[in-house]
Amino acid sequence: MSASAHARHDDGPPADYLSDTSVASWLLTTDHKRVGILYMFSVTAFFLVGGFIAALMRLELMTPKGDVMATPDAYNRMFTMHGVIMIFFFLVPSIPGVLGNFLLPLMIGARDLAFPKINLLSWYVYMIGGVMGVYILVFGGVDTGWTFYTPFSTMYSNTMVVTAAVAVFITGFSSILTGLNFIVTVHTMRAPGMTWFRLPLFVWSHYATALIMVLGTPVLAISVILIALERFFHFGVFDPKLGGDPILFQHLFWFYSHPAVYIMVLPGFAVISEIIPCFARRPIFGYRFVAFASVAIAIFGFLVWGHHMFVSGQSMYAGAVFSILSFLVAIPSAIKVFNWTATLYKGSLRFDTPMLYAMGFMGLFTIGGLTGLMLASLAIDVHVHDTYFVVAHFHYIMVGGTTMAYLGGIHFWWPKMTGRTYSELWGKLSALLVFVGFNLTFFPQFLLGYLGMPRRYFEYRPEFQVLNVMSTAGASILAVGFLLPLTYLLLSLRKPRDAGPNPWGATGLEWQVESPPTTHNFHQPVLVTCEPYMYSPEEAEREYANGQHAHHA
Amino acid sequence: MQTASTPTMPDAGGRQILLSHFDDLDQQHLSSNLGMWFFLVSEVMFFSGLIAAYAVYRAQSPVAFELASKHMDLVIGFINTLVLLTSSFTMALAVRCSQVGDNKGIVRYLIATGVLGTVFLGVKATEWKAEIDHHLFPGAHFVVPAEDAKAMQEASVGPDGQLDRTLYARTLGHFQMMFALYFFMTGVHAFHMIVGIAAVGIFAVLAQIRWFSGYGTTQIEVLGLYWHFVDVVWVFLYPLLYLIG
Repeated sequence: MSASAHARHDDGPPADYLSDTSVASWLLTTDHKRVGILYMFSVTAFFLVGGFIAALMRLELMTPKGDVMATPDAYNRMFTMHGVIMIFFFLVPSIPGVLGNFLLPLMIGARDLAFPKINLLSWYVYMIGGVMGVYILVFGGVDTGWTFYTPFSTMYSNTMVVTAAVAVFITGFSSILTGLNFIVTVHTMRAPGMTWFRLPLFVWSHYATALIMVLGTPVLAISVILIALERFFHFGVFDPKLGGDPILFQHLFWFYSHPAVYIMVLPGFAVISEIIPCFARRPIFGYRFVAFASVAIAIFGFLVWGHHMFVSGQSMYAGAVFSILSFLVAIPSAIKVFNWTATLYKGSLRFDTPMLYAMGFMGLFTIGGLTGLMLASLAIDVHVHDTYFVVAHFHYIMVGGTTMAYLGGIHFWWPKMTGRTYSELWGKLSALLVFVGFNLTFFPQFLLGYLGMPRRYFEYRPEFQVLNVMSTAGASILAVGFLLPLTYLLLSLRKPRDAGPNPWGATGLEWQVESPPTTHNFHQPVLVTCEPYMYSPEEAEREYANGQHAHHA
Repeated sequence: MQTASTPTMPDAGGRQILLSHFDDLDQQHLSSNLGMWFFLVSEVMFFSGLIAAYAVYRAQSPVAFELASKHMDLVIGFINTLVLLTSSFTMALAVRCSQVGDNKGIVRYLIATGVLGTVFLGVKATEWKAEIDHHLFPGAHFVVPAEDAKAMQEASVGPDGQLDRTLYARTLGHFQMMFALYFFMTGVHAFHMIVGIAAVGIFAVLAQIRWFSGYGTTQIEVLGLYWHFVDVVWVFLYPLLYLIG
């Protein structure tokens, strides 16, 4: 892509977006890049809290008897808070909030998102929800599981269900605001020449994500409001004694919460679609297929919620239809994986840290996706429903997929965001530790689930102990793998700015401006004249042969 | 509004401010409009889950829903619908005034819109009060009126002439469910009305002090979209809740 036309004449050199360091300038900023950084601080904090709770749970599960936590109830609160924090306060906002906010305007050649103030508002709304979440954690907790299933949540639980429902409700609005902003920005703010099919796939995936956020989140909002009303007024909507229907809640909840899986994983696809072509030095294979696969996943995602309810008494025919529709989601997902793989073919591969994370993503997401197909088939699901098999499956998608992609994306764009490079050695080590630790943590859980260990219990039968000890051991390796990047990335901030505008030799408008970018992103009007991903493996090979390790794409 | 760069400040003629991240006014106008349209799409989803629930339970117990609907006051509902549609008309006039630069007209029609909206809410409140007084608010003190219970009992008699107790209990439950949905849906609608009236009031003040650049064409049009949407929701709720009996 090329930026052309005449430069604007400003007074003095333009300041980069980090140059104003006052607290007010951060808290009142409307710069999409700064809002992205605000999100980065917040999601990191919530990730550490949620991760700490996970560590406690794994410690508890090292032995068959309950010993770390005083009561089973404490364990119930722990897994609930782990789920609530990780899903609503980490996974959903992570990649869109941090990387999406930072990169989307840069990638399409805009000066900001369409609604910069609403963007800042979304962060504040998110923080209000998040602070409520932490308040709940400290002052009592919730024991319903992150799914808030009725009638337990509405009639029996004595914990802070209403507060949690309100926190989730509020956070939902942050998601809707981000989604609105992304959709409108992609529609109206593209630079001249940036046609829909010249958009980086990162943008396509975020567009699809934003659609789900806008369409799905309101239904979640309604269902948690109903929970709150039910607890206040004993409305009877979910109470069978009063003519209500507990299953109604499951329908409303999963209508959002299954698409929410794609809110979490589509941005992961977004990141991988940028990393793979760059480090394979090849244009993405089948651009349009990958782009439309994102949209297809967003659409199909709304039609499969019933596969969470195979054993909740829905009719056999409904179950069969939901099962078939769930299988259909595998098609666009597989299109993506196959196209990334085809992109690697005959590429000039470089295994820098972001690429290692991306490769890890592809392997782990594939395992997560294929076990998802097992769960989508009625007979197997009845057998492994509510066992560790399910736990392992969605952690392969959420941690092996989304979190790997998030870390890969942070490593890929860290030089752009901060202007600094980080230690490649430590980076590669972290990618390796996360991959090994992750598999050691969660692969045994597939086996445990298949052998029949139910989820959400703090004690288990002694014959499951070996696999549980493996899982806990893996979790400790995983923890080191997650803490490493936190350390060396922060340490990199002490170095002088050494990254240069384009350390990876990547295409894309964001790599044509300084690192870190200036407040208004571009110095001159942007004009886009070519497709994305104009990489050439032959050129990469020539450069390699000539010993020119620095790439200039 | 964000502080704009120098050449785009408003002048006495009411030229519109261009925010610094947009290229031109068209782009800015289009973005605001599109943003509101997508927000309304999101709003549709707020109601659609409830309307889907309504459809399912009504299909299961049509008798209960019809009997419950008989308790809604058709005439008052009709008058209220007229009030609300009139408010949409005045809102449309306010938008028109902002386009032709008639500031007095903007203020006048926004106030009219707000007043009509408030009338609607007032009427709705008296309806709710009547229903709550008749013990029709779902929950602990809900009482199924005797004649409705009788009608549902008759409708629950199986082909063998015996009372089907499961069916009867379910019908009674869905009778109450209809009221739960009624109060919740009209409640959510009323909440949207309150937000809309507050926004209309604020906009009337802002127009009066000439705070808007360019007579607030974009802002008032976007507010108008929201207002019409809330009206359209009522146009769906009225037949679903009042007219099925």
